[in-house]
Amino acid sequence: MPEQWTVTLRIYRQKTNEPSRYDTFTLEVNPDEYILDAIERVWAFHDRSLCFRHACHHSTCGACGMRVNGVEKLTCITTIRSVARPNAVLTIEPLRNFPIISDLVVDMGELYRKMEAVEARAVLPITEAEIEKPPHQWKTEDSQYVRLSDCLECGLCISACPVAATSQPYLGPAPLAAAQDHRLDRRPDLLTLIDSEHGVWRCHSAFECTAVCPSFVDPGRRIMDLRKQTISAKIRHFFGK
Amino acid sequence: MSKPHVVIIGAGFTGVAIAHDLALRGCEVTVIERGDICNGTSGRTHGLLHSGGRYAVKDKESAIECIEENKILRRIVPQVIEPNGGLFIALDDSDLSYAEQFIAGCEECGIPLEELTPQQALKIEPNLNPRLLSAFLIPDGTFDPLRLALAFAATAKHNGARFRTYAEVEGLLLDGQGNVTGVRILDRTTNERLELHAEVVVNATGAWAGKITAMAGLDAPVRPTPGIMVAYDQRLIQRAVNRLNEPGDGDIVLPQRRMVVVGTTSFDAENVDYIPVVEEQVKLMLERGSQLIPAIRNAQPRGIYMASRPLVGSGSGRSMARTFKCFDHKETHNIEGLVTITGGKATTMRMMAEKTADVVCAKLGISTPCTTRDIPLLSYRQYYTVPNQEKHYA
Ligand SMILES: Cc1cc2nc3c(=O)[nH]c(=O)nc-3n(C[C@H](O)[C@H](O)[C@H](O)COP(=O)(O)OP(=O)(O)OC[C@H]3O[C@@H](n4cnc5c(N)ncnc54)[C@H](O)[C@@H]3O)c2cc1C
Ligand code: SF4
Ligand code: FES
Repeated sequence: MPEQWTVTLRIYRQKTNEPSRYDTFTLEVNPDEYILDAIERVWAFHDRSLCFRHACHHSTCGACGMRVNGVEKLTCITTIRSVARPNAVLTIEPLRNFPIISDLVVDMGELYRKMEAVEARAVLPITEAEIEKPPHQWKTEDSQYVRLSDCLECGLCISACPVAATSQPYLGPAPLAAAQDHRLDRRPDLLTLIDSEHGVWRCHSAFECTAVCPSFVDPGRRIMDLRKQTISAKIRHFFGK
Repeated sequence: MSKPHVVIIGAGFTGVAIAHDLALRGCEVTVIERGDICNGTSGRTHGLLHSGGRYAVKDKESAIECIEENKILRRIVPQVIEPNGGLFIALDDSDLSYAEQFIAGCEECGIPLEELTPQQALKIEPNLNPRLLSAFLIPDGTFDPLRLALAFAATAKHNGARFRTYAEVEGLLLDGQGNVTGVRILDRTTNERLELHAEVVVNATGAWAGKITAMAGLDAPVRPTPGIMVAYDQRLIQRAVNRLNEPGDGDIVLPQRRMVVVGTTSFDAENVDYIPVVEEQVKLMLERGSQLIPAIRNAQPRGIYMASRPLVGSGSGRSMARTFKCFDHKETHNIEGLVTITGGKATTMRMMAEKTADVVCAKLGISTPCTTRDIPLLSYRQYYTVPNQEKHYA
């Protein structure tokens, strides 16, 4: 028999034209289940009006980002055990820094617009992917092989970012990380946007993005590197190269 | 003359592809989805862009559909696909004895195939079971499920289709003769109920198709057939790896971002709104997956999930064909205004949509041919950035 815990989900609710509130649901769970499974059960068996977004259930689509006890989590891979104890109350809230559509669902259109603005790569040659260095030994002639890039466009980094909280036009961690991945020496056309007042210099180096990123993008490090790329690009530009 | 209005219920792969097709053929399209795009089976699909190899021996119709559509999707949505091919590997005598039928089947279905020695296979995929006896390279691929659907939806939206998500169909509008004239929906974001009239309602609710036809008093021969997938936290392969044998449990391992995903199983279920994870099946995936890729034993599970196939017809589980069926209920039950499409696969979504749109257009007297095989899809991100057309049909 799998272990059984009782936990209470305290879920943020918000319907159009109604005040927000928290609803509580007490469930029997297996602690090794994922938070998203518990939320889906609330919808299936307790309250059909609950809105939440999910698709892949294995950390590839970026749809299920929420705040669990105030911390951004990809709920499909976050086990209950990793954030709770028996009889705990788990507060589930939508991501911050995005408009709420309903309950746990936010409108991430702004993030996608910014990802489009930097033409973030959805797939990249496997020879450029960070993890396919040895032991796989891809050779340059293998560049016809591509893989999906790491960023799930889940918005966790935007929700956690203190600068995004105060400045909506700020490009933010994921789009800046995507620009870094292009490299400004290959994409000098991106320099104006990255070097603008809403670009790479707005970051306060809080590294909250890296702390919450579920997919190894490490946006904080990439933003620091993008600053170096920006300076080099400006020097190149200054010397007319 | 105003364009005919078609309501599509369900925004899984099937629904979004039909929306794309019908928008191009000049229909007003509204997609009604109770959750968000791909919250049902489609989001939780394994992610194999089938070459058809899996079906080449026992289900040639599916195999031929797969290889044709595989080529088309590579061309129209490269943004969501890892087109890196796949291997079928033999690990024992039973696998080896399957090889002959497999080669013949692939040839017959037009699936290109290259035989590799175990050494050649290990060179390109060093984490394969080193005891492999034989390997075949075929043009499998893998895809990101949500983005695949979003790219179709984005293009449909750009061409005028309207998406109403978080809106559940609670009933069908019927005229005095039992014909379908629209849908009754509950908007879950406002808790408001409204009615939407349509010339044709397309039921693209997959494993839930029987629930919608029941609203018109009709039966649909849909058998929800769930299966499990387990994602592990290491990207141990770069291509799809299949067991060279008849389709069975846990015999496909796929790369997905920094993971590998082992799948799947096949069993019957009644309520598919929530399918609990079965512990024995998780163990089975580890056991079977690690026969193909032993290093899976050193990886940790990262996501465990279930999804329900909408299989059509009689029989059970694996023996049921993986093709799709489109029912014009005028022909099956003399009920006008309702078309049900179900079955099939992610890989064949575009073709399913073409066949369904042909049926819908014939009913509406539209003669515009299907053009989706040649139209590159817009960026999946544009689903979120292109606004819905402001039109209300209530
Ligand atoms: C375990 C498993 C693995 C698979 N692996 C692969 C694979 O590797 N490759 C491949 O090509 N195919 C694969 N498939 C097949 C493929 O995933 C399915 O055929 C496909 O996703 C079905 O899509 P659909 O749009 O018909 O159904 P769904 O995606 O289920 O869409 C139906 C939609 O209807 C909505 N809906 C239901 N009722 C209502 C209502 N009353 N009102 C409004 N909306 C409603 C649901 O919310 C849902 O979003 C797999 C299937 C399973 C089960
Ligand atoms: S950088 Fe990380 S946290 Fe930010 S959107 Fe991409 S995957 Fe999500
Ligand atoms: S549901 Fe896709 S990332 Fe969680």
